[in-house]
This record gives sequence, C-alpha cells and structure tokens, in this order.
Amino acid sequence: MDRRKSIKSIILGSVAGGLVVHGCKPEAGSAEAELGALKTDEHYFGRTQEELELIEELNAKQFFSAHELETITVLSNLILPPNEKGGIAEAGVPEFIEFMAKDMQDLQTTMRGGLMWLDHKTNTEFGTEFKTTPAEHQKQVLDTIAFYDAKMPMDEHPLEIQFFSLMRNLTLTGYYTSRIGIEDLGYKGNMPNVWDGVPQDVLDQHGMAYDEEWVAKCVDQSKRGVIAEWDDEGNLLT
Amino acid sequence: MQIKESPTVYDAIIVGSGAGGGMSTKVLADAGLKVAVVESGPYFDPADPKQQTQLKWPYESPRRGAGTTRVFGEWDMAYGGFEIEGQPYTQKDGTKFEWYRSQMLGGRTNHWGRISLRFGPKDFKHKDVDGLGENWPISYDDVKPYYDKVDKLIGVFGTKEGLPNDPDGFFLPPPKPRLHELYYIQGARKSNIPVIPGRLSMLTKKINNDRGVCFYCGQCSRSCQVYADFSAGSCLIFPAQKNGGQVDLYVNSMVREVTTNAEGKATGVSYINKEDRKEYQLKGKVVVLAASACSSARILLNSKSPQHPNGLGNSSNVVGKYLHDSTGSSRAGFIPGLMNRKVSYNEDGVGGMHVYSPWWLDNKNLDFPRGYHIEVWGGMGMPNYGFGFNPNEFNKFFGLPTGGYGESLRADVKKYYGSVLGFGGRGEAIARKDNYCEIDPTVVDEFGIPVLRFHYKWSDYERLQAKHMQETFDELIHNMGGEVLGDTPTKENDYGLHNPGNIIHEVGTTRMGDNPKTSVTNEYQQLHDCNNVFVTDAGPFVSQADKNCTWTILALSWRASEYIVEQLKQQNI
Repeated sequence: MDRRKSIKSIILGSVAGGLVVHGCKPEAGSAEAELGALKTDEHYFGRTQEELELIEELNAKQFFSAHELETITVLSNLILPPNEKGGIAEAGVPEFIEFMAKDMQDLQTTMRGGLMWLDHKTNTEFGTEFKTTPAEHQKQVLDTIAFYDAKMPMDEHPLEIQFFSLMRNLTLTGYYTSRIGIEDLGYKGNMPNVWDGVPQDVLDQHGMAYDEEWVAKCVDQSKRGVIAEWDDEGNLLT
Repeated sequence: MQIKESPTVYDAIIVGSGAGGGMSTKVLADAGLKVAVVESGPYFDPADPKQQTQLKWPYESPRRGAGTTRVFGEWDMAYGGFEIEGQPYTQKDGTKFEWYRSQMLGGRTNHWGRISLRFGPKDFKHKDVDGLGENWPISYDDVKPYYDKVDKLIGVFGTKEGLPNDPDGFFLPPPKPRLHELYYIQGARKSNIPVIPGRLSMLTKKINNDRGVCFYCGQCSRSCQVYADFSAGSCLIFPAQKNGGQVDLYVNSMVREVTTNAEGKATGVSYINKEDRKEYQLKGKVVVLAASACSSARILLNSKSPQHPNGLGNSSNVVGKYLHDSTGSSRAGFIPGLMNRKVSYNEDGVGGMHVYSPWWLDNKNLDFPRGYHIEVWGGMGMPNYGFGFNPNEFNKFFGLPTGGYGESLRADVKKYYGSVLGFGGRGEAIARKDNYCEIDPTVVDEFGIPVLRFHYKWSDYERLQAKHMQETFDELIHNMGGEVLGDTPTKENDYGLHNPGNIIHEVGTTRMGDNPKTSVTNEYQQLHDCNNVFVTDAGPFVSQADKNCTWTILALSWRASEYIVEQLKQQNI
C-alpha cells in the first residue's frame, strides 16, 4: 500500500553524501537522519478535489485539431531545437500548450488565429501549409514575426508578432518546467540540503566576500540538530 | 429548517484557526479548558502527502504551476484567494480593497512570508510622536513578555542589533546571505541604508522534539511537512491536541453569528456546515473571534439582537472602522553583475529573505509620516509557469534585438538566469475612521450570510511614502550597477502603491481602547459591550507599525487568552 518514495536516495547526493564521504553515519534523531526520513508521494500533487475535477474536465476536452497540434509541434521545435538531452517532445510541450489553451481561455483566439496566419502566409508565398513547408522557408516567415520592439507594449504589436511571442513564451516555459529542461538549465534545488553560504568560487567570480562579523552571527550548521536554549538576555547558549 | 443544537457546552468556542485562533486554542486547551475550534475551511496537515505541495516539481502538474486556481501559483498552500466563488464582497465609492481569505485549518499561516517582527516601543505610542492616529492602551513593556514566549515556543531567526524601535528577541541563528543578497548589502551601504539578517519564523535549529529543522527548500509558502516553519496547525493546534487538550475541531463550518441571551451575554455561535448546508448551534461560556480582522467584524455586525441592535460590540459604531493594511510598493531591477551565473549549487535557502532593511530614517525630515521596511527577493529559483517568458528582454539594455528563435534562446535563458533582484517596501498607513468595512444590505453569500462592503482610500501620507520607496529602490538598483525594470510609477498611479488589502495585513476593525465610546475592545481584547466575547485576530490593533502583524497577533492572543483563563477561574465571565 505504501507507495511513497523516500527522498533518502536524493539527499545521499547532498547532505548525507558529505557524511558518507567522511565515513560517518547520521546519528539517530539527528537533523540529517530526519532529512533521510522525508517522504513524498508522487501519486499526489497537492490538488483539492475541486481542482482535480477541473483538471479532469479540461483533459476531457480537446481544443486544438490534429493539424493545429502538428503545426504547434513543428513551430515549437523551430523555437527551441532539441539538443542531446532531448527537446520539445520529451518536455511534453505540445500537450502543455493544449492544456493551457483550455486553462486560460483568453489565449485561444491569439493562438488559433496565429496558426491560421502562419498557414495563410506560407500558402500565399510557397503554396504549402506551414508544417510541410521546408525549414528554410519556414524560417523566412518566422524572421518577419520573431522580433519585437521592447520599448513598445506587446499588445500594441501586430497580431502575428504577439502570437509568436506567446508561442515562444509557452514553448520555453513548457520546456524549462519539464524534467529535462530543469536539468538543461542546471537548477540544483527543490531537495533537502543544508545551506551554508555561497561557494568560494562563486564569490570569487562575482568579486564578493562575506563580512566576518556577519557570518559569525549565522547558524553553525554542525549544531542545527541541538535544541536551542537561551540565557535570560536572549543569548543563544547551544 | 430547524437549527440543530449541540448539547455540549464548551468553555470556549474559537472561531478561526490561524495565528490568533491557533494561539487561543493552544493557551486555552493547555489550561485544561474544553474548546471548540470552528474553521470555515477543511482540515489541513502539511505532513499529509495528499495535500502536500512541498517538493513537488512543476511537471507534476499539467499547468506547470500556473496560478489559475491559486492566485500565487498552484503550489501556494492557501485554499482561497482574493476571490472565492459563492462568497463575494462589495465596494463603495470606487474603492478597490482586495480581501484575501484562506479557508483551511491554519488559515493564512500556511502560506505567509514568516516575516516575524516585533512592534517597537514607539509603535504602541506613535500618536505621542507625530500626533496622528491613536495610541494603544498598552505599551511595549506589556507585550514584551509575550513576544519572548512566542519566540521560544515557535522559533524565529534573527540577530541582536540593539535597534531602538526594532526590539531584539530570543533568536535562532540566521542563514548566511545568498549571492543576490550580498549585492543588496553592498548597494544599500552605498546609500547608508542599514541591512540586517532577516527575522523569519523558520527553524534553522531544533527547538523541540516535535518539530523538524529547516532543510532549505525555500518553499515555506507551501507549508512545511516537518513543521520547520510556523503554521498555526502544525505549531499550535496539533501540539495542543497532542498535550491531551480537549479540542473539538469543526471544519468546513462557516460561522454566521454570535448568539446572545436576554441579558445580552453570548451563548455560543451559529454556523453553516458547508457539506450539508444546514445551520447548527454550538454553546459556550466564552466566544473567541479570530476569523481575520474583517471576518470577525462581519460576524459581530451580523450578530444583531434586541440587546445589541447595532450588531454585537458595536454600541460605539466603531466595528469595521479604522480598517488598515500595510502600504506596499514594489520594484525590480536587472543586475548585470548577476549574469552568467554558475549553477553549480543549490541556493534555495529559506522561503524568504535572509537579509532586510528595517526603517532607518527620521520622519521629521520627510514629507510623510511613519516608515517602511525593505524586503528583498531574487536568486536562481525553481522554474515554474512564466519562467522563460521574454527570455532575452534584457538584450534591450545592450542594444541587442529582443525576440528571435532557435538555439540562441537556450544561451539567453542561461545568461540571464538569476539576474533579477526585487524589492517590496512594506510600511505603515495611518488608521482612519473613514476606511472601513460594513455589511452590504443588498448581498448575501451562498450561505445566506450578509457580506462585507469596503470603503478604503489612501491619503497623501501613504502616497508620499510610496514615492519615497520608489526613489529608494531606484537608487539601490543603480548602486548595484543595475537597470530598473518597467516604468517608474508616478503620481497618476499613486507611485505604485498597491491597492489596500493587497499586502494582506488587514488590521484595526475592532480596535482596542480604554474608552467604550471610541473603541470596541479593552486592552485584553474583550468586547466592552459583552464581557464573554473576545477578538484575538488583528482586529484590535490600533495601528499597524512598519512591521508585519503576525508576531503581534500571536503575542496579543496569548495575553488575551491567559486573561480569559484567569477570568473563567475567577468566575467573572
């Protein structure tokens, strides 16, 4: 019944990892042992019943046609081509965009209208739908809509530029919120660890240093598991 | 439909389970009293894997963290928001009050910023300094012992600084600053703005054997599964139950009114059970309202009887008046020095600022009263919905094109990752009688309970304070070698002053005082008009201070609850 996954394996790479290297085991009841006991359950993601029902309701609908989704996939791959880690498909970007079109319905007309614009443009210029147009010609079209004037509000730009900007935003956010995108970015957090300051090489890179007086007041992480006690003046004794 | 009465007579009925209600529950239950806690939302325990959002990845949700159903993003651990379906509120005279409600065990404490600042000696007597607002009937010395107890019970990190109006406490040691915070410290010092370690209620060190220690995921807004942050459920109500306290939880129960008898004394509360939509009554010797400043005012105003024709506790006509929120104005900057960062390490830290600036100036030399503190944010956060939007927008600062497509976007995202630093100025507004909430006689919610109508306007005191915030933020960003993002707010948009309510520090609606004609409660938060009803949320606040309100809610609730125990023992109520 217990389908929970222990995070122990994850933190063995961080907190406890350091201890393992030094040949120590986390003491029972210590802060490190507690981290090892952390659990999450990947079958849940914190939704209320009503929120789950909304997601099911949205998933039961289909907004984009097969042709539109194929076009989105082609476009997203042009926006962010795959690398050795994978790309749009592995990150689930087309599915994400389909979901967001239903979740944020005010995006629908811009997206659907923009897709029609793309097909119209390539049909007019090359006699083909966008998705089957050769990459070289696809890029010729994109070059006309992919750049925007940062001094001007986006909603004052022509629709096709707004459309492309929206597709670029959704493609990138879909990619970088995926497992492979987060790995590609290199984000190291969202797991138990012990923060003990900026690494020296990073401080050096930025020409920064810790103030000794300041650091002296900060937590001594070797004593984080010791219960706090104070004297009557509020001076920490432990 | 018959109202269903429970035969039990509780020593105390506590309405609401956030900071104020949680603390009342703990103090009253620990004293051996039999209490009922009536909460409008569901049961919540951050250790329950079904409810947890902590340590979830964005890809675990099809919307990748977008805020469609929760205004601060779908991992935020508050059930509610500025709008709740079926529970409207209305506005008067073009007012734009934003009322945030979190309906669940623990209330808003499940997602709050944990910034835990004591009010200082001046904050309780500020009228003596500048002639504005009103003094509290109590002083810092009256509250200090309770602040001390709150520090030791719940835990707050910080450092002893000896500042006159930002009193020190019993602190846990703070975490070291993150990289962007080092930039901030450097930038602030150039303008002689003091920076000290943050004061937040997270356990950087063990405080007892029932709660874990912070493991630095930076997600306190998701409520901590090892109870290393302060949430009212995990730190007050569960421990009260564990101590063997007689605590009956009534969840999904929306209190309609306080019931009273022919002598005008409270006999209990009536509430709507959200599940069967029927009305019930609970009986108690004492009623403690802690539903949030505005919700408690609403309950009092809706509790009309022949003995209390103007609403309970409202013979003064002051219930709902003097509503005030913190002022807030925000700004962000792009810091080129924070470009091309090494992503070799995890800098999530605690869920909030490791450093901040308490108010540092003398208002005698300024064109506005009262101060503000500066909150700082930034860093290489976890991507969620919105990450990667306009990935090379900052190219504009280098005269490079913005937009495009292809492999270069990947490089742009990495180049600018973690290069934005932002500020929130949070300050003190002057409490005024003409900022208020009242009952809207034309609208009820889906439970048939008349709703609140707001009337709240900022004055030049607050606008000029926001102007000062913006000028300070500009200067700080330039000190850090940065570029300010967005247009500088002007007079036309109140210098970026957030709408009232938006900072979610509603206080003042049942203010305390010695004079029953000009205040709703006495210094023990007991209604002048009805001695067995108390208010332990932020309603009794006379003023807000340039601090956040939670630590003072906790200290005052403890003080009021001890008084309740004593008064019950002496059979005075």
